[in-house]
Amino acid sequence: MNTPTIPVPHFKQPLLQTPFHARARELSQVDSFIPWAGYTTVDVFTTMEQEYFAIRNATTLYDLTPMVKYRIAGPDALGYLNRLVSRDLAKLKPDRVAYCVWCNDAGHLVDDGTVFRLGADEYRLCTADRQIDWLLDSAIGFDVKIEEITEQIAALSMQGPTSCAVLKNAGLLGLDLLKPFDIGRFTLAGCPIVVSRTGFTGDLGYELWMAPEAAEAIWDALMAAGRSRGIRAIGSQALNIARLEAGFLSPHVDFVSAEHTIRTGRDRSPLELGLSWLVDFEKGHFNGRRALLAERERGPRRQLVGLDIEGNKPAHNSLLYTGPKGNREIGSISSAAWSPTCKRNIALAMVDAPHFQIGSIVWAEIYMNRELVWERRMSRAEVVERPFFAPSRRRATPPGEF
Amino acid sequence: MSQSRYDCIVIGGGHNGLVCAATLARDGRSVLVLEAATQVGGAAVTREFSAGFRVSAGAHLLHLMPAELIRDLKLESHGLTWAAQRMPTTALVPGGTPLAVTPSATGSDSGAHTAYTARMRRFAQALVPLLGKVPPRLGTTDWSDRLALLRMGWQIRKLGRRDMRELLRIGGMNVYDLLQDEFESDALKGALGFDAVLGTNFGPRSPGTVLTLLYRLAAEFAGGERALSQPQGGMGALCEALAKSATSLGVTLRTASPVAKILVEGDKAAGVALESGERIAASTVISSADPKTTFLKLLGAPHLDTGFVRRVHHVRSRGLAAKLHLALDRAPTFAGVDAAALRGRLLLAPSLQYLERAYNHSKYGEFSAAPAMEITVPTANDATLAPAGRHVLSAIVQYAPYALKGGWESQRASFTDLCLDTLEGVAPGLRGSVVAAELLTPIDMEREFRMEGGHWHHGDLAFDQFFFVRPVPGAAQHRTPMPGLFLCGAGCHPGGGVMGVAGRNAAQQVLKSGSTP
Repeated sequence: MNTPTIPVPHFKQPLLQTPFHARARELSQVDSFIPWAGYTTVDVFTTMEQEYFAIRNATTLYDLTPMVKYRIAGPDALGYLNRLVSRDLAKLKPDRVAYCVWCNDAGHLVDDGTVFRLGADEYRLCTADRQIDWLLDSAIGFDVKIEEITEQIAALSMQGPTSCAVLKNAGLLGLDLLKPFDIGRFTLAGCPIVVSRTGFTGDLGYELWMAPEAAEAIWDALMAAGRSRGIRAIGSQALNIARLEAGFLSPHVDFVSAEHTIRTGRDRSPLELGLSWLVDFEKGHFNGRRALLAERERGPRRQLVGLDIEGNKPAHNSLLYTGPKGNREIGSISSAAWSPTCKRNIALAMVDAPHFQIGSIVWAEIYMNRELVWERRMSRAEVVERPFFAPSRRRATPPGEF
Repeated sequence: MSQSRYDCIVIGGGHNGLVCAATLARDGRSVLVLEAATQVGGAAVTREFSAGFRVSAGAHLLHLMPAELIRDLKLESHGLTWAAQRMPTTALVPGGTPLAVTPSATGSDSGAHTAYTARMRRFAQALVPLLGKVPPRLGTTDWSDRLALLRMGWQIRKLGRRDMRELLRIGGMNVYDLLQDEFESDALKGALGFDAVLGTNFGPRSPGTVLTLLYRLAAEFAGGERALSQPQGGMGALCEALAKSATSLGVTLRTASPVAKILVEGDKAAGVALESGERIAASTVISSADPKTTFLKLLGAPHLDTGFVRRVHHVRSRGLAAKLHLALDRAPTFAGVDAAALRGRLLLAPSLQYLERAYNHSKYGEFSAAPAMEITVPTANDATLAPAGRHVLSAIVQYAPYALKGGWESQRASFTDLCLDTLEGVAPGLRGSVVAAELLTPIDMEREFRMEGGHWHHGDLAFDQFFFVRPVPGAAQHRTPMPGLFLCGAGCHPGGGVMGVAGRNAAQQVLKSGSTP
């Protein structure tokens, strides 16, 4: 147990606290906490805007501890993971990370996440949702050991153009040699720390993995090292804008796990979610392969796309139509925001065939509450490439000195 | 034998495997049957259990194999003869008078029994078409599936308003309540109820036991006028006739050839590898092994999707029936049982309460303190099974759970002893005539017949493992998620018992799928 011992019984304290909780509590100005995977986490520290601009212009600390982590190890670990996910992990070298999705028998998404290869036969799977049942059932017939280690590892996401400089300043020598999706091992504040060049912002950034006991010391060291480069703790709201600019999917928002859907037809395949680049049909069998082959054969019925919408009002939950009169419905928006960096009104939407081609025009029905008077506007939207924001600094190695 | 490529390979030379192979060969396919044991037959074999004494190792009565299947494969011209047909059933009552289970002999229950038998026959008749066919798939837009579902509905509707209502009323009930409503005599209720739980993981009060009873009756109905019968030479003789029929149609049989792996090439079944290391290629592989063995051991989970593997893994397939074989130095005498009844089937389940109590033990991993038995004396009809003047007693004993607390090795002797004591209660003096005794527990059957859990239906017959979800959704039409791999064993609809329907239907599916040689 990494959480502080609390004298109240667990049923009166249903949300766990992360090892960074005391620090977050100190910095929280608006007392805005939300539950995430059984932990209480910060939604906003000060204002969403301030935190968002820190991601794009300075560096930010985001408490990633509630991310569900599984240790997968054993002689069949690679075979197991390669049957589980749709990507070919045989190509994943030690100390590298791969973003993956995994499907059920019908080729529908169970979840997405990242696979860390930490050794020859040792992997770590990071996901949004707990799914030990699916992982264990997938292990039938494989010599592999799977355990949840969420509570054994504290994690911070450090994102922003000055993140590399701050980490170097904190004494992480050689950090600038890490390429995107590399893993490195360092010492910080006298504690061992694993750093991966990964993130959820589409920007230069790192994720830091450490023992819970080291959490506060490392937080303090980073805050001290980053003071001159505008370091700031951020909550989930700001991150959500950044991830949308980067075109990343958010589970429960842009797709619902096939293990959770109740209504038929609500499951989504990686092909529908625009993730066919994660599906390797040549690598041998994997969950959902036969169904996905059949789906590829008949062509997708709908697809998740990026939209550039006229005006500046975010098209939250809008229905989409073929024309401004709204006669024929062809989809809906799952994530939307005004992108402060792109200066565009962007969204992720599920759109029916054939309207999902790049350049297609669709119409979003946007509702606006103007001092309790609702107005409806049909806004022209164009299907555009994702990501919306992809600065070259996110890939540059070594990263620039910002 | 030098041939190393066939159109079809059938894994397992039990009755279903042989029927499947013969049906395929008749349509011009080159077929190889691979049997792990040194003789064909699977669990339907006759084997020596003590010097000079032979017995059917598994089922000892033939009553479920459709008459038309026996005709189609010309089994009678391939040597199948009958030691007995239309065998009577007698209910044994410890310390009481045995009861012939036939409406004319059931006293005050006679009228109810006549009506019950006629009604159950009508229901069984309505279910026969459902039993003999490949189940339709649910939730498809395919017209053949929809038609099959409609036809099912029509079969039941055709019974008429009263009967249909009654069938739907009792369909999901337990057999205890059904029989309690109908009859007075405990012995009659026990005997009729026993057929509902024979070979299943149920007691008479378990839900769904009317279904298992109807199911058995429907299969018996399809078996035709022969009813309960005993092949001359035991059940092995049936499989020998099947083997001869198959061979005459061009099937190659290889015994002592256990399969280690189903080979896969380019996501398609491509043949098998034997335990000896030999590899044999085929465009179609049909497995008569149980679903768990087929998918998890022979094919391997890595070739399948998690959801499917999960379903296979969860198939309930732990046997509860043991087989007791006694070598006797003289004909057994059951109190009050005449020579004619001795040539039939003797049921030791004197009341439903007795059966339910016997079942209770198995829930907790114990064997029944007072087991129920289906007893036959095969030598009463067929003297060839034992040395002159000597006899064999064969009994299916319930309940003997697969996962016995403490394990079977240390308790085999005490359960055998308990069975002998139980028999002594209805056949005084039997113990003194026992020359040798053999008890086959589910553990032994698993080992000897290579069926997971030692379950002779390769999985419980229950609502959730029945018809269009048997053995699991995704493999209920004999096809499997692996192209080119089919199932033909008792794990498929319509289940176990020496029936052969699964084998025949699987062959038809293979032919229909048009997999070209």
